[in-house]
Amino acid sequence: MPFSEERWTWQCDEMIPSDVVAGRRLLEEILHRLRAMHWPRRDVFGVHLATDEALANAIIHGNASDSRKHVRFSCRLSPRKIHIEIVDEGDGFDPNALPDPTTPAHHSCPTGRGVMLMKAFMSHVDFQEGGRRVVMEKHREAD
Amino acid sequence: MNGYRHLDVSEIGEVTIVRFRDNKIVEDINIQELGQELFKLVEVDGRRRLLLDFATVDFLSSAALGKLITLDKKMKAHGGVLKLSNIRPEIYEVFAITKLNRLFDIRPDDADALAAFQ
Repeated sequence: MPFSEERWTWQCDEMIPSDVVAGRRLLEEILHRLRAMHWPRRDVFGVHLATDEALANAIIHGNASDSRKHVRFSCRLSPRKIHIEIVDEGDGFDPNALPDPTTPAHHSCPTGRGVMLMKAFMSHVDFQEGGRRVVMEKHREAD
Repeated sequence: MNGYRHLDVSEIGEVTIVRFRDNKIVEDINIQELGQELFKLVEVDGRRRLLLDFATVDFLSSAALGKLITLDKKMKAHGGVLKLSNIRPEIYEVFAITKLNRLFDIRPDDADALAAFQ
C-alpha cells in the first residue's frame, strides 16, 4: 500500500472549471503553504511541476478545455507529506501505453514527458479509473 | 524595444542572446506565443547562432520542453547552432530526467556558451 495514513493539517476539495488559470490559483496556495512550512526548494519545485503537469493533463487533454466539464482537485497537507488527487471528465488514457519520451524517435511527441516528470519528482503516482483520476503523494525530503 | 513580448534579444558578435521575460514557462496561450517568437528568430530573422539564457526562469513545464525541441529541430534544419545556459539545478534535473541534456548543448553560463560558439 503506497499511500500511508497521516495527520493532515490542511486540506481542500474543489471543483474547478476546465481552465488552467483556476487550477493554478489552487496550486499557488499549496506552494505558499509548503514554503511557509519550510519545505526544501527541490520538493516545492517537484510538487509544482507534478501538479502543473497533472492539471494540464486533466484540463487540456482530459477535458479538452471544454467549459462544460470540470476537474475535481483535492489536496491534503501535513508538515511531512502532501497528497493530491485530480479527477477529470474525459475519456481517460492508458498510462502504460505512453511512448518513451527519452528516445530520439519520440522527442517530438507531445505525450509522455509530463507523466515521466510527475513520477520522477513525486514519491508515488497512481492512475485510476482508466486514467481519469491521478493520485500523487510526496514525502518531504530531509533538509 | 525589440518587438518581442516574451523575449529580450541582444547580440554579441554573431551570437544572438535570448533571455526570457516570464519566470514561469507553462502551458497556456503564452507558451504558444513564446514558441512563435523563438521560431521567428530562426525562420524569419535568420539567426543562426542562438544562446538561450535561462537565468530568469525558475519554472518550466513539459510543454516548454516541446517548444525547445521544435526550436532545436528548426535550428538544425537551417544549419544553425543552439546553446542553453544559466539553467538552475531543479530545471537542469528536468532536462536530465527526460534525457534532453543529451540533445541540447547546456553550458553553465553565458561566457562558457559564447566561447563554445567559436
